[in-house]
Amino acid sequence: MDLFLQLTLAGLAIGSIYSCVALAVVMIYQATDHFNFAQGEMAMFSTYVAWTLVGLGAPVWLAFLLAVGISFLAGVVIERVIVKPVENAPVLNQIIVFIGLLVIFNAVAGWIWEFTIKPFPSLFPEDLGFKSTLIGPHHLGVIALTLGVLALVFAFFRFTRVGLAMRAAAANPDSARMVGVSVGWMLALGWGLAASIGAVGGILVAPIVYLEPNMMAGVLLYGFAGALLGGVSSPGGAVLGGLVVGVLENWVGQYVPGGSELKLTFALILIVGVLVFKPAGLFGRVVVRRV
Amino acid sequence: MAADRPNPVTPQLLAGFGAAVLFAAVVPHLVSDFTSFQFTQAMAYGIALLGLNILTGYNGQFSIGHSAFYAVGAYTAAILLYHFEWNHYATLPVAALVAFAVGFLFGLPALRLEGLYLALATFAFAVATPQLLKFDAFEHWTGGVQGLFVPKPEPLIEGLSADQSLYYVTLAVMVLLMIVAWCLLHSRSGRAIMAIRDNPIAASTMGINTALYKTTTFGISAMYTGIAGALSVFVTEFVAPDAFNFFLAVNLLVGSVVGGIVSIPGVIFGGLFLVFVPNFAQDISRAYPFVPPPWAIFGIFLILAIYFVPFGVWGAVERGFAWWKRKSAAGR
Repeated sequence: MDLFLQLTLAGLAIGSIYSCVALAVVMIYQATDHFNFAQGEMAMFSTYVAWTLVGLGAPVWLAFLLAVGISFLAGVVIERVIVKPVENAPVLNQIIVFIGLLVIFNAVAGWIWEFTIKPFPSLFPEDLGFKSTLIGPHHLGVIALTLGVLALVFAFFRFTRVGLAMRAAAANPDSARMVGVSVGWMLALGWGLAASIGAVGGILVAPIVYLEPNMMAGVLLYGFAGALLGGVSSPGGAVLGGLVVGVLENWVGQYVPGGSELKLTFALILIVGVLVFKPAGLFGRVVVRRV
Repeated sequence: MAADRPNPVTPQLLAGFGAAVLFAAVVPHLVSDFTSFQFTQAMAYGIALLGLNILTGYNGQFSIGHSAFYAVGAYTAAILLYHFEWNHYATLPVAALVAFAVGFLFGLPALRLEGLYLALATFAFAVATPQLLKFDAFEHWTGGVQGLFVPKPEPLIEGLSADQSLYYVTLAVMVLLMIVAWCLLHSRSGRAIMAIRDNPIAASTMGINTALYKTTTFGISAMYTGIAGALSVFVTEFVAPDAFNFFLAVNLLVGSVVGGIVSIPGVIFGGLFLVFVPNFAQDISRAYPFVPPPWAIFGIFLILAIYFVPFGVWGAVERGFAWWKRKSAAGR
C-alpha cells in the first residue's frame, strides 16, 4: 500500500508539472487556436537561463523569479516578431513556424550550454522539519508551488481588467476590438504568460529529469496529453488532466509489464485515445461545426 | 465533359521529363562514387517527401510524424535482410505493404482529427517511435539500441560499382513512384483528394467518401515514405532507433516545404537540400565559431522559407514559367 501511495503522490508531483505545461499550451490554444509545439523547448531554454543565473551566484529563488520574468518578455517578443507575420496564414505555415522555433531553441541551447547532462538544484530545502517516507521534499514543494501558480493565474483571469481583456480577445476578437481591447497585444501577453508558466514547469522538472536540451520532449508530450484529456478549451480541465496523466504514468510504469520503458508510447496511446473517443476532453466544450 | 479538359500530358511535359531522366541517368558516370551515394540518399528522401506532399500538400492532412513511417519501412527491410537473408529488392514491396498497413491503421483514428489535432497525434507518434524501437521485448528482432547492420546490395549489372547500381535502382523506383503519383493526382480520385483538402464539407456533399479517401491517402503516403525508408537502409547499411527521432520528421517537413509542398518534381530539390545543405551548414558553423549550429540554421531557414516562399522551389519555377508565358503572349 505504501508503494501505491508513494507512486500516486510522486505522480501528483510530476503531474503538476505536466499541468503547468498543459496550462501553457491551453493558454495559447485559447487565444490563437494553435498548439505551440515549441512550448517545451521554450521552457527548457528558460531553465537554462535559471541555471546560468545560479551559476553566477544568484540564490536559486531569485534565479527562478528572474528566469520566469525573462521568459515572459521573451514570449512577448517571440509573438510580436516571429509569430505575428503568420497570424492569418494557413495552419500548415503556422505549424511550420512553431517547429522552426522548436528546432532553433533546441539547437541554440545545445550550442550555448552543450548537450551534457547538468544537475539542477531544487528550489526547496532538503529538510522541511518533518520526515515522510511517502513523498520527498522536492515533490511536495512542486505540488505546493504549482498549486500556488495556478491559483495566481486563475485570480489574474478572474479578477483583473487585463485578464478580462485577454479572455475577451480570445473569445471574440472582433467584439473585443470594438470595445477598445488591443487584441494583438493581448495575444502577445498570452504568449508571455504561457512562456512564464512553461518556465515554472521546466525549472521544477529539471531537478527530477536533469537539465539537458532534450529534457522537455517527453514532458511536452505528457503536457499535450493532459491538455487533451482535460479538454483544450478548459484551463481547469487541463490542470486536472495533467495531474491525472502524471499519476497514470507512474501507475503504468509500475504495474504494467514493460510500462516503464514505453512511457512515451503510453502518452501516444492516451493522446490518440482521447482524440478518438472524446475529442473535446473531459471538461471541454463540444464545438459544433457549421457549413 | 472530359473532352473539354486539355490533355494534361503535353509535349513539353514529356520532353522535360525525358530530359530530366536522361540527365539523371548520366550523372553517376560524371561524378565520384561518393557523390552518387549522396544523390541516392537525396532520391530516397525525395520519395519520402513525395509521400508527405501527397498527404499534406494535396490532401490537406498534416503529419509531423512521417519519420515513424520511414522507420517502419527501414526496419521491415532490415529485419527481412538480417534475420531472413532476403534479396534486397524483394524487401521493397513488403516494406511498402507494411508501411501502407500501418499508415492506413493510423489514418483511421486520424479521420476524426483535423488539422492541428492530427499534427499533434503524428507528433506523438514521431516522439514515441525511437522508444518503441528500443523496447526490450522486440530487441531480438530490432537489435535494440544497437540497431541492425545489413550488407549493401550487389551491383545488378557487371561493370557498375555498388553505389552506381543502387543509384540506378533508386532512380528507377523514384521515377516510377513519381509517375504513379502524377497519374493518381490527375485522375478522378486525385481530384477527390484535392477537393477534400479545399473544402471537406462540399466534397462529402458531392458524394466523395471522405473517410475512405483520407485513410487511403494516409496509407499511400506512408507507403511512399516506407519505400524510401527501405531504400535508405540499402544506402546507409544499418538501422538504429535514434536515427528515426522527431528531427527526422522535421527534416522531411523542411524538405517538403523547400521543394514545394504542392508539387511532384519539387521533391528532388527537397531531397538535394536535405542531403547537401546540412553538411554545408555544418562546415560553416565549424569554421566560424560565432555562427549558430546547423540545426538552428535549419530552423531559421524553415521560418524564413515559410515567410517569403511558402510555395517552395518548384512553386517558384512554376510562377516564373507562368510569368514568362504571360509576357511572351502579351509581346506577340
